[in-house]
Parts: sequence; structure tokens; C-alpha cells
Amino acid sequence: MPSDVTMPYDVPHPVSPGLWALAWRRLRADGVAMVSLAIVVLFLVQMVLSGTGLIAKDWAREVGVNYAPPTFIGPEPAAPVAESVTGAPAAPKASDKPTELPIEDPLADALAAIRNQAAKPGAAEEGKTVDPLADVMADIRSKAVEATPLEARLPTLPFGGDKWGRDVLKKVIKGSETSIFVGLAAAVVATLVGTIFGALAGYYGKWLDDFFNWFYSVFTAIPYLLLILAVAAVLQQKGTWTIVLILGLTGWTGTFRLIRGEYLKHKGREYVQAADAIGASNARRMFIHIFPNVSHIVLVQLSIYTVGFIKAEVILSFLGFRVPVDVVSWGSM
Amino acid sequence: MYAYIIRRLWQMIPTILGVIVLVFILFNWVGGDPAYVLAGKISSAEQIANIRKQLGVDQPYYVQLWIFIKQVLTVDFGASWSTNETVSHILATRLGPSLTLLIPWLILSTLISIGLALAVAYVRGSLTDRAVMISCTVGLSISILVYIIVFQYVFAYKLGWFPVQGWGDSFRENLLLYSSLPILILLVVSIAPDLRLFRTFVLDEINQDYVRTGRAKGLSENRIMWLHVLRNASIPIITHVMAQLPGLLIGAFLVERFFSIPGIGREVILAVERSDFPVIKAITVYVAVATMVFNLLADLMYKAVDPRVQLK
Repeated sequence: MPSDVTMPYDVPHPVSPGLWALAWRRLRADGVAMVSLAIVVLFLVQMVLSGTGLIAKDWAREVGVNYAPPTFIGPEPAAPVAESVTGAPAAPKASDKPTELPIEDPLADALAAIRNQAAKPGAAEEGKTVDPLADVMADIRSKAVEATPLEARLPTLPFGGDKWGRDVLKKVIKGSETSIFVGLAAAVVATLVGTIFGALAGYYGKWLDDFFNWFYSVFTAIPYLLLILAVAAVLQQKGTWTIVLILGLTGWTGTFRLIRGEYLKHKGREYVQAADAIGASNARRMFIHIFPNVSHIVLVQLSIYTVGFIKAEVILSFLGFRVPVDVVSWGSM
Repeated sequence: MYAYIIRRLWQMIPTILGVIVLVFILFNWVGGDPAYVLAGKISSAEQIANIRKQLGVDQPYYVQLWIFIKQVLTVDFGASWSTNETVSHILATRLGPSLTLLIPWLILSTLISIGLALAVAYVRGSLTDRAVMISCTVGLSISILVYIIVFQYVFAYKLGWFPVQGWGDSFRENLLLYSSLPILILLVVSIAPDLRLFRTFVLDEINQDYVRTGRAKGLSENRIMWLHVLRNASIPIITHVMAQLPGLLIGAFLVERFFSIPGIGREVILAVERSDFPVIKAITVYVAVATMVFNLLADLMYKAVDPRVQLK
């Protein structure tokens, strides 16, 4: 975006600042933008740290009891805290030593019944997915305090434990690595495809434009979710890259339309005619001259897609088209 | 008018052909040989050859494509690979429950959102307005999964106001008993974004000159808002509602799944899980056709709402 509208003219520069320096200066002047940047950087740092194994390396270790109730304080006041929050009628009163007393959970039968019912519609999913209700039951502090006679396991964890007593906090950190990666990678694929198609259609026009428009209307005729599911059904192998490809190859339509419109507008401008006059090739005019002038659209699309695809990954993983079993992501939780 | 409709229908043909070819490429070419999927892991070469012959996959691609086009035109996709039920029967029986859920929800959601949007836009900038908008944003940020689980747990399991899940045989029972909690959840999820959107549509209109003219003429506020403003704001509202309509059939799958409602959305998920290609193909093609028809209907409704719109 080489627009120098907000360039500070009051400071004389020995050397005129470059494009990136200008952009950075403008960014720094915007408070909200800097806070947002800090949050994004924080997430990325966390992602890198967990990727290199500095934090949350042992997320798969079963450190707590199964469904360890979430509390910051410790095992002693666990039951009263949980009780006062939910106000459930059947709180296990005598759970002063939850690790040792094998209390009969009053809700266990009912919970099991619910879980069975919930798992019934998708019999196939029963074996491979974590029961969808189970985690949330723990989350909403249904205090299924199943006492396990393992001394090493902690009775409570800051954010609770999952079905096998793994620390939910560590899982979330580890999962963010996968989810953010999938979101970013799929967004890059989608914007890349959309930009190239849009550039070709808008720049060359004529039959190429007709063809890509037809292609676009075909893709948009099918509801997005259905398209994802159809591709997921066809691609049998499951993995992180499959999800990236599914989301990327189905999500290019929005970028295509915007970029095509911009190229239509820009290809007749004087600077492109000038580039043509000095003998720049078509490809050079398209990507060196015009592209920087439409790149703001690409950047906005990229950020919108990243958010959308992280959510889509959650839904896909929930349905069982998930990242491999040994990888944790936000969706598979 | 009729010429317009005929021309639009005529223009749909290349797109529908494109959808058919896309689905065909996806399932017969990218997906590999369907015979292997159908036969399963353990199968002899003989069995596979037999299945290939049954499916017609041993024919050249153009013959297969023609078979598929004929299937689309005659609504005869053969039998499901996993249950052996005919696909047309599956579609016919699953559509009812989906519509039982979606039609009341769509009507309620649109009416409530429009009513609230008019009310909130009328008192724009006030404390009420800001409070409603903030709660919409908060509600919007929470995943539908959380709503489903919390509502199911609190209302159905704890309080026992609704059945936890299930589906009956009689229409009345389904509508009043089983679909009420799913509809409630869908309403909560959909009203927040719709209200925000519709509010901006109404705000665009509320400062126009004709509103002031109406007040100057001495029209009642109700008449101005419900008749003049609403009618002008309804074009983007129609676009929004009609555009999301076909996707809803699929989009309600989470609710259908959690409440075990035998609808289209749940059927798609099951079919994808079982690699049941005929069912997915049929649903994809017909939903695409429905999308195009609804787009046309939306354009016709513009004309009905706003006579100034020229259909070309």
C-alpha cells in the first residue's frame, strides 16, 4: 500500500523512509492496532514455544485424576467451590480427601446414560472420538470425582483434567499450535488460489474471464459446508495437510471476486499503460505493478480467512475428519 | 416478467452442468475407484471387477458422466451403499424432519430479528441500544456447540422441560415437543448476528428524507417504522435470508446430530462417515439447484417489495 497520506512531513529525513518503515510508523501510531499486534504476537510466540517443546511438552502425560475438577486453590476446598458455583443438589459432601475415598458418584449413572444416548446417533464415531458431552461435563463442573487410587495423580488441576486426566490447560496450549497452523496455512492456500484466479480473470478478460466466472458460480452454488464435507468424504486419508487442502481449495471464492474487480479497475490505469509502453511483460504488469496496489485486499482476506478456518477446523475435527490421534487441536478437544 | 424468469432459468443450465461435472470429477476421479471403497479392505480381484461392472465404472468416463446426468434428471441415484435404501427414498424421508425444524425457526427468527432491529434502531445510541448490541457481540462469540450442550444439560436434563433428544412419528408431537428445544437453541444462535445486521440496514433508512417527510405529514411512529422504513430496509434483509436458506438444510446438522433428529444435515454427516457416495452426490447436486432457485426467488421478491426495481 504505497500511499503516503499520513506520512509525517514535519520531520526531515536524510533518506526517505522505505515502504515498510512507513507502514510500521503508521501502525505504531494506532493504539488498538498495537494491542492487537501484541495479542497476535503472544499467540505466535506461544505456538513457537510449544512447537519447539519448551512449554506444554508433556501434555499427553496423565497428571491428574480423570475429570479432575478445575480449581486454582488445591484439593481441599475443591468440592465446596464447585458446589457453590453450580448449586447442584447432589454434591459429594464428604470429599475432603478425594484421592483416597472411592465415593460413589451420585450422578454417575445418569451421566453414563446421557453419554450413551449422545453417542448413539453416530455409532461409528463412538470408538474414535472423545465423547462430545464428556469434556464439557467436566467443564461445567459436574464433578464426576472418580477417585483413582494413584498417588502420583493430582486431584485437581488449574483448568481441570480430561477423560484420561490430562491437563486441559496444556492441551489447549498444544492444540493452539495445530489450530493456528491449520488456520494460517489454509488461509494462505485460499488467498493464493483466489488471487491468481482473480488476477487472470480480471487482467485478461474475454473468454478467460467467462470461464473463471462460470467456475466461480459453480463453486458458490454449492453451500460451503456441503462442499467441504464432499471433499472430505472423497479424500480418505486424514491428516493436518488434508484439512489445510480441503479448507484452502474450497474457500477461494470470496478473494477471487474481490481481486477480479480490482484488476478490472486497475488494468486501464495510466501507470499500467506506462508499464506497457516501456515493454513490461503481462506477468510483470500483473504481479509487480498491479499486485502491490491491490495487496491490501489480500491482507484483509487473509486475516478473515484465518479466523474462519480455525473455526471450520473445529467443526471438521468434531465430525471426525480430524488431525491424527496423536496430535491435539482445539477442534478435537 | 415471464421472459425474465425463463431467461434466468435458461442461464442456470451451464452452472448446473458445472456442478454436475464438479461432483463427478470429485467422486469418480479424485476419490479413486469407487469399487475399492465399496468393496472394503478385504476383497478379491473378481469381486472388485463385479462391483465395477455393477456401478458402470468399467465404462469410459464420458459414458459414466452421461449415466450421472441421467441419474440427476430422473432423480434416481440408485441405492445407498451402506443401507441399500434408495437414495430418493432417503431424501424424501429426511426432508420432512429438517423442514419441521427449519420452517418454524426461520419464521420466528426473521420476525423476532426484524422486530428487535426496528426497536433497537429506533432508540439508536441509547443505553438500551448499546446494551443489546454488546450482548449480541458476546452471544456471537460463543460457539454453537456450547449453546447446544449447556441448553441440553440445563433445560432438558436438569430442569426436564424438554425431552433430551429424540423424534416421534406424529407431526404435532415432533413440532411441539421434540423440535422446541432445538428451535430455541437455533434462535439464540441466529438472532444475535441477524439483529446486528438488520439494525444496520434499518439505520441506513431511518435518516432518509422520506422519514422526516412522513413525520411532517403527521404519520404515527408505528406507521413510519413498520411500513415505510421496513419496506425500504427489506431488500437487504431478503437477500440475507434467502441466501442462507439452502445452506441451512446442511447447517443445522450439529443440532440434528445432538438431538438425533433424522434430518438432511445428519444424513450428510452419516453419509460422509460411511463413504456413502450416492447420497452425498445426490444431496450436493440438489442443494446446488435449490440455491440457484432461491437466488431467483430473492430477485423476484425484490420486485414485489420495491416496484422501482427493474428486472433485466
